Amino acid sequence: MNDDKLVIAGIEFTSRLWVGTGKYKDFEETKKAIEASGTDVVTVSVRRVNIIDKSKENLLDYIDPKKYKILPNTAGCYTAKDAIRTAMLAAEAGITKLVKLEVIGDEKTLFPDNEAMLEATQVLVKEGLIVLPYMSDDPIMARKLVDIGCPAVMPLAAPIGSGLGIRNPYNIKIIMETVKVPVIVDAGVGTASDVAVAMELGCDAVLLNTAIAGAKDPIAMAEAMKHGVIAGRLAYKAGRIPQKLYATASSPLEGMIGS
Amino acid sequence: MNISLNGEKKEIPDNATILGLLEFLKTQPERVAVELNLNIVKKDAYGTTNIKEGDSVEVVAFMAGGMDS
Repeated sequence: MNDDKLVIAGIEFTSRLWVGTGKYKDFEETKKAIEASGTDVVTVSVRRVNIIDKSKENLLDYIDPKKYKILPNTAGCYTAKDAIRTAMLAAEAGITKLVKLEVIGDEKTLFPDNEAMLEATQVLVKEGLIVLPYMSDDPIMARKLVDIGCPAVMPLAAPIGSGLGIRNPYNIKIIMETVKVPVIVDAGVGTASDVAVAMELGCDAVLLNTAIAGAKDPIAMAEAMKHGVIAGRLAYKAGRIPQKLYATASSPLEGMIGS
Repeated sequence: MNISLNGEKKEIPDNATILGLLEFLKTQPERVAVELNLNIVKKDAYGTTNIKEGDSVEVVAFMAGGMDS
């Protein structure tokens, strides 16, 4: 798999599993889970620095930015204006121009607001940011985002944190046929087989957070996800057999006794 | 002097620069991004950008969070 690298906007990624840093018990657990996942990309949010409690530990003391690519997101933004502001600050705080853009449309579903996404993407691309958009599993939206300069798209598998897995594999397939950029399934996967399914479909990577952080044993689940991605990717490249309704014998019939 | 820092009133040393403020807050300049009155201040301008009485300053950094959190 070493020659099977993912490249987005000239940046080379060694892992096809990207993980978030939210919802862990503490930074120690975050660190161990991230190590077990084998990832080289971690997503982080952009928040006000705590000016009262300066003793609070910093995530970057545990997640070495030299070892991992830090992918800031605009989580929590409900308007294009807030997302643009947050993304610009993220680009200034970070070392790359890479940002995972989220503009949430609704608190209950956390589904993206497509119109606001397009608006924010347009501005940020002009500002020179590399925008990876979190989007609905909508091929038309994917095409529009790529047309205005996104070097990859990140359709959801199911609502964020739902663990429902890939609800619409056919749309994910159509997105992959519609755009000629990497497709990263983002959000909604629940367990290792979901990740394997995404990779078997031909997706380029999977980003997840809750499925690991919320598992009873996050570190073991992180390792399971790592294997899920590797297995799914290998199966996709190996080319599966066609599905048929009836049996096909796998042993030769020649030389059977009594024939 | 008094400024608005991350949405709260805060007293900081008079004539502070952004760099001075970050030092006062014991924050590592390379790990944050700063807005002065809604305009992003580039890192190389931290030492030369002065804060005035009543200014609004935002200091943000990367925190734990995967997706909408």
